[in-house]
Amino acid sequence: MSVYNQPRRRVIQLIILGMVLLIITRLFFLQVVEKKYSKLADANAVLRKVVYPSRGMIYDRHGRSVLRNEVMYDLVVTPASVKNIDTNYLCQILQIDKVEFRKRIVNAIVKNGRVRQSVFSPLLPPEIFGRLQESMYLFQPGFELMQRQIRSYPYAAAANILGYIGEIAPQTLALPAYKDYQMGDYLGMTGLEKTYENVLVGQRGIQYLVKDNLNRPQGPYEKGEFDTAAIAGKNLRLSLDIDLQVLGERLMRNKIGSVVAIDPQTGGILAMVSSPTFDPNLLSGSYRTRNFSKLFVDTTKPLFNRAMQGTYPPGSSMKPLTALVALDEGIITPSFGYPCRGAYTACGRSIACEHSEPGHAANLRLAISHSCNSYFVNLYRLEVDSRKWGSVRKGHQRWYEYMRSFGLGHRLGVDIPGEYSGTVADTNMMNKNYHGQWNSCSELYVGMGQGAVAVTPLQMANAMCIIANRGSYFLPHFVQTIDNDKEEQLKKYREKHTVAHVTDTVYKSVIYGMEDVVESGTGRNAQIEGVIVCGKTGTAQNNARINGELVKLKNHAFFVAFAPRDNPRIAIAVIVENSGYGGTYAAPIAGMMMEKYLHDTISVKKKPMMKTMLDYVTIDPVIREKSKLDSLNGATAKLTTDQILNVYFHN
Amino acid sequence: MNDRQQIKLTQGIDWPIMGLYLALVMIGLLSIFAAEYREGDNIWQNVMHQSTNYARQVLWLLVSLVLATIIWLTDSKFFTAMANLMYAFGLLLLLLVLAIGTDVKGSHSWLVLGGFRFQPAEFTKLCTNLALAKYLSSLETDFNKLRSRLIAAALALIPCAIIILQDETGLALVYFSFFLVMYREGLPGVLLVVAFSGIILVLSALLVDKNILFIIFSVVTVAVIYFSRREIKRSRSRLVLILGVWAFCSVFVMFIVPFAFTKVLKDYQVRRIEVMLGKENDPKATYNTRQSMIAIGSGGFFGKGYLKGTQTRFDFVPEQSTDFIFCTIGEDFGFFGSLIFMGIFVALLLRIIFIAERQRSTFSRVYAYGVASVIFFHLAINIAMTIGLAPVIGIPLPLVSYGGSSLMTFTMLIFIMLRLDADRQMVLR
Repeated sequence: MSVYNQPRRRVIQLIILGMVLLIITRLFFLQVVEKKYSKLADANAVLRKVVYPSRGMIYDRHGRSVLRNEVMYDLVVTPASVKNIDTNYLCQILQIDKVEFRKRIVNAIVKNGRVRQSVFSPLLPPEIFGRLQESMYLFQPGFELMQRQIRSYPYAAAANILGYIGEIAPQTLALPAYKDYQMGDYLGMTGLEKTYENVLVGQRGIQYLVKDNLNRPQGPYEKGEFDTAAIAGKNLRLSLDIDLQVLGERLMRNKIGSVVAIDPQTGGILAMVSSPTFDPNLLSGSYRTRNFSKLFVDTTKPLFNRAMQGTYPPGSSMKPLTALVALDEGIITPSFGYPCRGAYTACGRSIACEHSEPGHAANLRLAISHSCNSYFVNLYRLEVDSRKWGSVRKGHQRWYEYMRSFGLGHRLGVDIPGEYSGTVADTNMMNKNYHGQWNSCSELYVGMGQGAVAVTPLQMANAMCIIANRGSYFLPHFVQTIDNDKEEQLKKYREKHTVAHVTDTVYKSVIYGMEDVVESGTGRNAQIEGVIVCGKTGTAQNNARINGELVKLKNHAFFVAFAPRDNPRIAIAVIVENSGYGGTYAAPIAGMMMEKYLHDTISVKKKPMMKTMLDYVTIDPVIREKSKLDSLNGATAKLTTDQILNVYFHN
Repeated sequence: MNDRQQIKLTQGIDWPIMGLYLALVMIGLLSIFAAEYREGDNIWQNVMHQSTNYARQVLWLLVSLVLATIIWLTDSKFFTAMANLMYAFGLLLLLLVLAIGTDVKGSHSWLVLGGFRFQPAEFTKLCTNLALAKYLSSLETDFNKLRSRLIAAALALIPCAIIILQDETGLALVYFSFFLVMYREGLPGVLLVVAFSGIILVLSALLVDKNILFIIFSVVTVAVIYFSRREIKRSRSRLVLILGVWAFCSVFVMFIVPFAFTKVLKDYQVRRIEVMLGKENDPKATYNTRQSMIAIGSGGFFGKGYLKGTQTRFDFVPEQSTDFIFCTIGEDFGFFGSLIFMGIFVALLLRIIFIAERQRSTFSRVYAYGVASVIFFHLAINIAMTIGLAPVIGIPLPLVSYGGSSLMTFTMLIFIMLRLDADRQMVLR
C-alpha cells in the first residue's frame, strides 16, 4: 500500500511546493521588483508638517518691544471624543447658545471629520480663556485649548511703520523668491514686516510625523532623522522712540497730516506719524480681514502713509535749501541782500511778500527769518541764470541736481516700502510744460517752495538733517541693528552722504536765520526752554482742481526744524493739511515733539498749548462724518483730552 | 514495558516538529505584538490586565501548552478510541452554535462561555480529522468502493455544511482540504484534475465573456473530435464523452456560474472575488487587499525592521492581528524575512508528510496527512489573500494569527500527531 502510494506522496509534496513557489514569486514581484508600494506606504503614513518658528520681534531705541508675538488660545474640538459634557456650562462660558454650539460642531465635522481636531472658537478673549482654563477638565478630551501665536502691538501705535502680516497671495507664491512658502503661510505685507521679511521670518522647520489610518499623528517618523529644526526669526532694533511716536499720533489726532523726526547724526527715524492712523492690532488676529476692508474704504485713508506717500508743496520751508544752493555755488555770500518792497515784480507779475518794511531782507539771515519771498525767488533766478552755466537750461538742470542731492524728487530709500518720490522739475519737464519756451521767470516760485516742486514730509525732515549736519546726511531708516545678523541690508544706511561743500561760517548764516525764525519770527511756537531751536515755517498754498475749476483750498501748514543748534539731535518736519499758517499749527507740534525727545518731558508751560493742539480739528467735516475711524483709532482711541494731558503733565 | 517507566518524558518526541512549532508560535506572538504595540505602551501592565491581543495570546499559548502536555501524557489509543465520539461532540457543538451562537463580525459561529469566546468551527477540524482517520483505518473500509468514498466525503462535508450555515465560509472551505488526504488514500487522481479544471473553469467564466468561452469550447471540441476521429470510429463512447464534457463546460459557464454569482453567493463574497480578479475598482471594496499589498510591498527586500512598519502599526491594514498577520512579517522583515517564514512552513509541512509516511498504522498516517492538509490549506489561502492572489477569505494563519480557538486547535492537531508518532512502533492499528 505504502509503496503503491509513493507517487501520490510526491504529488502532494509538489502541490505544496508549487503553491509556495507561486506565493514566493508573487512576493518577489511585490516586495523587490515593484517600487510603488513603498511610495504608497509613505503617502499613507508619513505626514509632512511645517514647524513655524516664532517671528522676530521689534524693539524701539530703548529696547521696548513695539511688536511682539502673543500667545493666544483657540478652543479646538474633536467631535468623536465629545461625550458626557455639560454643554450648557460650556455655552455659558463661551457666551453662545446651544444652537450655535450644535452649528459649530456640525461645521467641524463637515470640515475635518469626526476624529480630527477643528477650531471651535478661535482666539479666545483673555477673560473667556481664564474661565475656560479653570474648568477645562470638564470638557476634555473632546475639547482642548491650543496655543497660537499672533502679532501684537503693545503700544497700539506706529501701524504704518511696523506693517502687518497676511496670507501669501497665489501670484506672490509663484515668484521664485518665495519658493519656500506654502499656501496659507503668512508674510509681511507692508512696513518693516515686509522689508525685513527675510530676517523676521526665521527658518521654517519640517517635521515628519507618522500618522495612522485616520490621519492622526502618532509620533516622529524615523525618530526625527529627516526633521529640520525651526530657527526663530531675528529681532529688529529700531531708532524709533515709541513714546515720541505715541505723542506724535496723539498731537495729530483729528488732523490730517504727518510728522517725521530723524536723528541727524545717524539718519535713524525717531518718529513717523501719519494721521489719521489706526490701532495695528486690528490687522492681527481673527477680525483682520473685516478690519482691513473697513480701513481700506475709509474716507480718511488711514492705510496711506502720508509721511512718505503724501507729496506737498513745501512752501517757505524750502527757502533754506534755495539759499544753500546759491551759497555752495558762490553766487551769493551771506551778506547778500535784496531790496524787497513787499513784492517781487522783476518777472512782470507781482509776487507778494509778507513783509514790506525796508531792510527785511538786507542779508541772508534776515531774509530767512523774515521768510522774504522776493529774496528767494530772486535767488532761484540768480542761480539758474548764473553766467557759469551758459544757459538757463543748464542752470536749471544744475539746480535740479542740487535738489536731488538734497533728497528731493526721488525716493530716499527708507526701509519701509511704498515711498513716493515727490516732484522736482528737471529741464525735460520744464521743456514739456512750457513747450521748450521758458526762462528763469517761468518757474521762479520754486525758489520759495511753490510751483513745480512737491516733497514728502520725510524728504523735508531729511533736508533738515543736511542743514543740521552742515552738509551731510545718512539715508533715513528705522532699523539700527538686527540681532545675530550680518546686517548686509543695513550697510547703505551707515554710509554718510555729503551734498554741499559750504564752509561752516556760511552755513551759520542759514542756521542763524532759522534760529531767528524760532527766536523771534514765525516759528516762536516751537521754542524749547534752554535749547536753541532752528526752524522754518511754511504755509503752502493748496490749489486743487475740483470739477475742472481751480479752487483755492485752505493752506497746508508746514514746519521744519532741528535742535539743538549745535550738535543737533533731532530734525523734524510737520505738516498739517488744510489748517493755515505753519507757525500756528505745525510749529507747536514740532516744538513739543522735540522737547519730549530732548528733555524726555514737556514743560508745564506748554500744557495749554498741548490742549489747544489736541482739541484742534482740521479734518474736513464731510470726510470726518463719513469716516468710521474713531472706533479704530490707535494710541488716541478712547482717551479724552484731559486723560492725554494727564499722561504728560502729572498733577 | 517496565523500561518505559524509566524512559524520559520526552522520549519519542519529534524535535524538528517541536522546534518548528515553537518557532511559529513565537513569530506569531511577536507579530501580534508588533501589530499592536505603540511607543510608550506599558507592556507589563497590558499583560497583567489582559488588555491587548498579545497579552491574551500569551495566555492562550500557555493554555495550549498545557493542553499539549496533557495530550502528550495521554495514551495514543485514547485518540483512536475517542475519534467518533469527538466527531459527534463536534457536530453537536456546531449545531449548538446554530442555536445559541453569537454574531461576531457577521459570522454566526461563536460560543460565549463566561468571558471567553470560542469558535467550534476551528475545533471540529480536529474532530473531523480524527473521525476520517478512524474511518479510513477501520478494517471494514475498502476505500476503493464508491460507498466508502462517499462516506468519507460526507464526514468532511457535514461539518462544512453546518459551518456554511453559520456564515463562516472561510473556515468551511478548509474542510475541502481533507480531499487531499483522501487522494493520498486512493481517491482517483482524475478527481484532482477535475477539481483543478473546475477552478480554472470558474475563473475563466468570470474573466472572459461567456459567449466567447462557448465559442472557444466548441472550436476545441471540434478540433478534438477531428484529431481523435480514428478512436471515435473504434468506440462511440469516446464521442459521447467528448460531447458530454463540451456540454457540461458550456452549461457550467453559461448558466451555473452566473446563477451562483447572482443567487447563491452573497454580495460581499462576489465582490471579494471580483477584487481578487481585478474587476472591482471601488476603493472601499479593494481597501483591505490594497492596504495589505501596500504593507507587504513596502517592506522591500530586507524590510523596515521590527516594530518599524508604518502600515501595520498605524492600523492601515485591517484585521492585522488575525487574518492579515502576514502583513507585519512582510513589512517589517521584507522579502528576505518572508522567504524564511515560508521556509519554516514548508519545512513543517514536509516534515509532517515525512512523519505520515513513516507511520505503520493507517490511522496515524491519515491523521498526519490531515494535519498537513489543513495547515497547507490555511497557509495557502491566507497568504494568497494578503498578496491579492485569493479573494478575502477570513481564515487565520496557523499558529501565527491571534485567536485562542485557532491556536489551541492547531496545537492539539500537531501534538496528537506527535503522540501518535511517538507510539508508531507499538501496534498496527
